[in-house]
Amino acid sequence: MAAGGHGERSAPGEHAGGGERAGSGEWAGGGERAGSGEWAGTGRIAAGLRTYGLIAAMWTRSTMAYRASFALSTLTSFAATFFDFVAIMLMFSRVRALGGYALPEVAFLYGLSAVSFGLADLAIGSMERLGRRVRDGTLDTLLVRPAPVLAQVAADRFSPRRIGRVLQGALVLGWALARLDVVWTAPKLLLMPVTVLSGFGIFCSVFVAGAAFQFVTQDASEVQNAFTYGGTTLLQYPPTVFGKELVRGVTFLLPLAFVNWLPACYVLGRPYPLDLPGWTAFASPLVAVACCALSGLAWRAGLHSYRSTGS
Amino acid sequence: MGAGRLYGAVAVGGFRRYATYRAATAAGVFTNTVFGLILVYTYRALWDERPHLGGYDQAQALTYVWIGQALLATLSIGGGGVEVELTERIRTGDVAVDLYRPADLQLWWLAADLGRAMFQLLGRGVVPFVVGALCFPLYLPRDAGTWLAFLGAVLLAMLVGFGLRYLVALTAFWLLDGTGVAQITWLVGFFCSGMLLPLNVFPGTLGEVVRLLPWSSLLQLPADVLLGHADPLGTYAFQAAWAVVLLGAGRLIQAAATRRVVVQGG
Repeated sequence: MAAGGHGERSAPGEHAGGGERAGSGEWAGGGERAGSGEWAGTGRIAAGLRTYGLIAAMWTRSTMAYRASFALSTLTSFAATFFDFVAIMLMFSRVRALGGYALPEVAFLYGLSAVSFGLADLAIGSMERLGRRVRDGTLDTLLVRPAPVLAQVAADRFSPRRIGRVLQGALVLGWALARLDVVWTAPKLLLMPVTVLSGFGIFCSVFVAGAAFQFVTQDASEVQNAFTYGGTTLLQYPPTVFGKELVRGVTFLLPLAFVNWLPACYVLGRPYPLDLPGWTAFASPLVAVACCALSGLAWRAGLHSYRSTGS
Repeated sequence: MGAGRLYGAVAVGGFRRYATYRAATAAGVFTNTVFGLILVYTYRALWDERPHLGGYDQAQALTYVWIGQALLATLSIGGGGVEVELTERIRTGDVAVDLYRPADLQLWWLAADLGRAMFQLLGRGVVPFVVGALCFPLYLPRDAGTWLAFLGAVLLAMLVGFGLRYLVALTAFWLLDGTGVAQITWLVGFFCSGMLLPLNVFPGTLGEVVRLLPWSSLLQLPADVLLGHADPLGTYAFQAAWAVVLLGAGRLIQAAATRRVVVQGG
């Protein structure tokens, strides 16, 4: 019902027929706003998740039509991230500790970072292609469909092979957990799934914010890589390795430190970076929610600023 | 003479084509700089722990990081050179148009890739390196000769890099979809060129083997020339040998491929 109302407003005829520019402004801006008024908040999220599920399932079916190719590309995705860890192991073939952290501890950081990032990449990593859709005008196709645009863009070209990265991270994390010398208490155990989920949320919000940024600068999609791939690489190493300014930046400006550094410091019994208070190790879920809210706002602003290519 | 002008024009075209996308270039510079920053800190921790690891002192290790960021796009170590387009043209059959031209397929694409590489070196390589030099104590040779020798090694690295990627593109004649091969060579290249970790830090036999592979010509050897760790002439000979082997193999496979080419469609 709600979806139908949205569809009416952005019927293809309306913007194709009328004045191009005025038409696109009407449906990209006005239509969205009116639509959100009709929908109750939860109904909207449910509709979005439903759309996402349908499109992702469609892409999964299409991928599974070529099972051998799927198996091979999953293996490649696994191997690509595996080489990252091989580099760390090679480093540890020459040294006993990096920034005061031993190999199992670095592997612990690596695993948490890789799993959170891998899940976010699996879920909505294809959003980095948005700039291309803006540039060649194919985003318009998504706008005229009676379904939330964010869900469509997030599920666009959903590629199940990205599970390879998650599996590799999980493997390293499992190895680290087996090797770590940690007395597991209830809060520490509970913190593990909470950390992975929060990290997933934080990285998802980075992807969404990056996509929103691409509405403004279509060609500059590579900037996003600095924060997504760069972010996960940064978090694979102990905070003690990095300069104070950089640590401040990824704690207060772009709160990546909450993905794994702070919870891991609690679990490993290490001093917190920047002498942060102990409760910050448990603040990740709140930070994730705040990040998602902010990136949601950025997405709305980006989408509202969108004007079609015009031809 | 005429042929020289033709390939020169193709190279200039390749340069200008990449120079058009200013926002993309700025974005690339930013990303390279951020990755350089992250790597610099990890290398600093590594060399703090083991000074003179692999024969580099800390300043040399940090310089290595920024050379890597400067050459990453230039040599398409992470993929993304002209081979992407060539693969696509082979898949769609557009390569028939290229074969119809009164120009050599390999030289044409080599010229286009050299133009691209030159732009990436100036547009994407210089700025991250300068930022690195301003922010960290780097090892920068004082004499112009070493810098010239380094540029020579980078030029030869461009030939080796193209030789490798041209072979990857040609596999599309048989496989049609070149993504799998491209991804695997991208992975191997990243690891074996020294992009993840300098090859002289690799332990034992592994280190010796990767140094003999063509990928070492891309980053490790030019870096060693600039850091005063390798004799330029020996380096040139090694790189030139691989360039001849790879480009020669490219010619042979190209001949085999074009004999069996069947253009799909009407």
